[in-house]
Amino acid sequence: MCDQTFMAITFGPCDNCSTTSPLMNIYIKNEPTNYCSFCVEMMACQGLLKGETLASLKNESESLKKKLEEERAKLHDVELHQVAEKIEVVSALSIKTRRVLKGHGNKVLCMDWCKDKRRLVSSSQDGKVIVWDGFTLNKEHAVPMPCTWVMACAYAPSGCAIACGGLDNKCSVYPLSLDKNENLAAKKKSVAMHTNYLSGCTFTNSDMQILTSSGDGTCALWDVESGQLLQSFHGHTADVLSLDLAPSETGNTFVSGGCDKKANVWDMRSGQNVQSFETHESDINCVKYYPSGDAFASASDDATCRLYDLRADREVAVYQKDSIIFGVSSLDFSLSGRLLFGGYNDYTINIWDVLKGNRVSMLFGHENRVSTVKVSPDGTSVCSASWDNTLRIWA
Amino acid sequence: MAEGSRDQAAGVGTTDPEDDSPNMIVYRKIEDIVMRIQDEKAGGVAIRTVKSFLSKIPSVVSGADIVQWLMKNLSIEDAAEAIHLGSLIAAQGYLFPISDHVLTLKDDGTLYRFQSPYFWPSNCWEPENTDYAIYLCKRTMQNKARLELADYEAENLARLQRAFARKWEFIFMQAEAQVKIDRKKDKAERKILDSQERAFWDVHRPVPGCVNTTEMDIRKCRRERNPHRVKKSVYGVPDDSQSQPSPVHISSQPARKPTKEDVQKEITFLNIQLDRHCMKVSKVADSLMGYTEQFMEYDPFVSAVEPSNPWISDDTTFWDLEASRDPSQQRVKKWGFSLEEALKDPAGRDQFLKFLESEFSSENLRFWLAVQELKRRPLCEVASRAQEIWQEFLAEGAPSSINLDSHSYERTSQNLKDPGRYSFEDAQEHIFKLMKSDSYARFLRSNIYQDLLLARKKVSNTDLTSTLYSLALISFLLLFGVFAAT
Repeated sequence: MCDQTFMAITFGPCDNCSTTSPLMNIYIKNEPTNYCSFCVEMMACQGLLKGETLASLKNESESLKKKLEEERAKLHDVELHQVAEKIEVVSALSIKTRRVLKGHGNKVLCMDWCKDKRRLVSSSQDGKVIVWDGFTLNKEHAVPMPCTWVMACAYAPSGCAIACGGLDNKCSVYPLSLDKNENLAAKKKSVAMHTNYLSGCTFTNSDMQILTSSGDGTCALWDVESGQLLQSFHGHTADVLSLDLAPSETGNTFVSGGCDKKANVWDMRSGQNVQSFETHESDINCVKYYPSGDAFASASDDATCRLYDLRADREVAVYQKDSIIFGVSSLDFSLSGRLLFGGYNDYTINIWDVLKGNRVSMLFGHENRVSTVKVSPDGTSVCSASWDNTLRIWA
Repeated sequence: MAEGSRDQAAGVGTTDPEDDSPNMIVYRKIEDIVMRIQDEKAGGVAIRTVKSFLSKIPSVVSGADIVQWLMKNLSIEDAAEAIHLGSLIAAQGYLFPISDHVLTLKDDGTLYRFQSPYFWPSNCWEPENTDYAIYLCKRTMQNKARLELADYEAENLARLQRAFARKWEFIFMQAEAQVKIDRKKDKAERKILDSQERAFWDVHRPVPGCVNTTEMDIRKCRRERNPHRVKKSVYGVPDDSQSQPSPVHISSQPARKPTKEDVQKEITFLNIQLDRHCMKVSKVADSLMGYTEQFMEYDPFVSAVEPSNPWISDDTTFWDLEASRDPSQQRVKKWGFSLEEALKDPAGRDQFLKFLESEFSSENLRFWLAVQELKRRPLCEVASRAQEIWQEFLAEGAPSSINLDSHSYERTSQNLKDPGRYSFEDAQEHIFKLMKSDSYARFLRSNIYQDLLLARKKVSNTDLTSTLYSLALISFLLLFGVFAAT
């Protein structure tokens, strides 16, 4: 309701397009203006246009997705397990617990092997990070963290440092000294800073860079020495729970999985998301590359593990059973990629034949959820960490 | 138990189909199983009243029956697996043994009862300690041997009495009121309700040493229907106590709604994907199979480890051999699979370098190794190291000049204006391809490689020299002998 009157010019040059025509007297942002009828219509529609644009973009996106699915489906000429019928079955496995590592006071959330194939680092809900010689069961270092729920830990390639983090939203690096009495906590170096919990961390090929994933929905690459952010990776629309570096000597990619049910492949140089896979029905808890680097597997709360091939750009296998109803928290491949070890929330480890798609074995032993499974660097054993406060090494 | 609170529907029975949080997914699956088991007409188990001594036990089924059903209907071949699954269903709170606090399933005549949907975990119960106090208090008021408190329950009650000393009168009154109401119920119904209530508490206040299945993965807490775990009273008691802040990490938001920019990015991404050239599944399947089959002989889980797997035999010989300077034939064979495999193994790298040096063409590999090493340096050292590499391998009159195509050379030279970790990526790729197609193939045919592969014994220098000497002496003597004879 205008509370002012102004000189109503009914014919003349339009304030917008300057053409001489019959004018309409309107207020734009409380300023009195004179527009020709054409300009008035254009301006009124722009409000509408903005709303429509989002919807029309969504439509475009949907039709592209459909087209992509159709194109990819054309390449789906056979199932992996069908092609694998011609190879021999895996001979019966007799895998048993060979070591039980006791010492954590609460749930063990994460572990990582050292390149020397026998040492490992583990982290727990009680804030403790322990470095073990898995072979002798000797605890070599114990680092108290200032926060609880240390969800991620990693061993440096040199074997001289470890990285860990969790609810503190940071990833910190601790150099491991040979002196047992030295206070490791004092030498702590804060490297990564996220705005939510740290869900995963791994060193790249050297002690000098760390790749992290976080509940803030991003992944990031950091320079350890300076703590500088080298590259950040945006694209997930919810927490990122896991990541894995491509095993190639020449490659610069990694894969991440998150609560948005997506698994994304990233180029470390550009920060770009190069491929994306979304077939899971719930959170992806863990992602791992197949040893050749041409494929990767993912573990989800929908109780399935899935294998995605990067060259076919699609899911090529699903590992599931009616009797498995609890989510998979973690997985890893055996050295050749023939076996897939999955750690489940039903306290067991299921071992799958990657090519044929069937379960070959089941490992009982843990008394609570399995949080992490990792095969040792030379493939001689697999270690599992559990909410029952212990770690087990199986072979 | 107060009827009122029972009717206080906290989403009685079924889970919210909209709720996709990880715990709900499992609960829904278990509820599906449990409903099917109880549906006798549709192939479920027979839930009967069992006569025992002078009394009747209503609404029970044997553990063996449940195990049988699970094996038949969920395609489980091994009874151990069925028992394990059944025990988990019990531990989550969906079925329970009628005469034990410990929630596991046994494959025998032990009797079990199903939990009432009112108490299902999918209702997101977070019962308060006042509720637990009322419950334990109530139990002590009833003169039934079967309802006597277990040791750990008596301890819990004592602790709660100390903690709630001031409101104990109130708690006592609540307990009395409930006992009065319960007395009016039908005997059989009471037996069932009492056992279900006890089972509920066995889930939320488990026997010491048993797994507390209500514990949550903190990363998933935010999206729960009851994210702050606001405590709901099981018995309709208003909450006035100071509730501890739950350890939930609240700050981040769940999946954001996509904006226009997000959708535009998505469209760009999808267009790139459409342009990508992909392989057929049959081809990638063959490739995956080929790779796995090639490496199966090296996989300790699938093939025997020589002499033994250290974890099994406690003998570290296998590791000592791998670390030694002399690689085994099997290991040398791996270098022949691909240039990548050869370079992955430090011994393979050394031998390849040795071979190239013998051909005076080691600059390619040295360049490749230098660039790999550059990428491992801390940020502050990268720029200067990159310049050094340029000087050594690529600059005019470089001592170890490598051969690059003009395009890569241009790109690299441009990159060096602002040197970074990836300045030499193009060049490195080009050189790798060159090595792969040329020198690597020759390496595999070379004596250096073949000797190791076939484990040929090397003739040492001293052997050769003494052999030559002996030959020379013999020929000289023979000649001398011939001369002397003539």
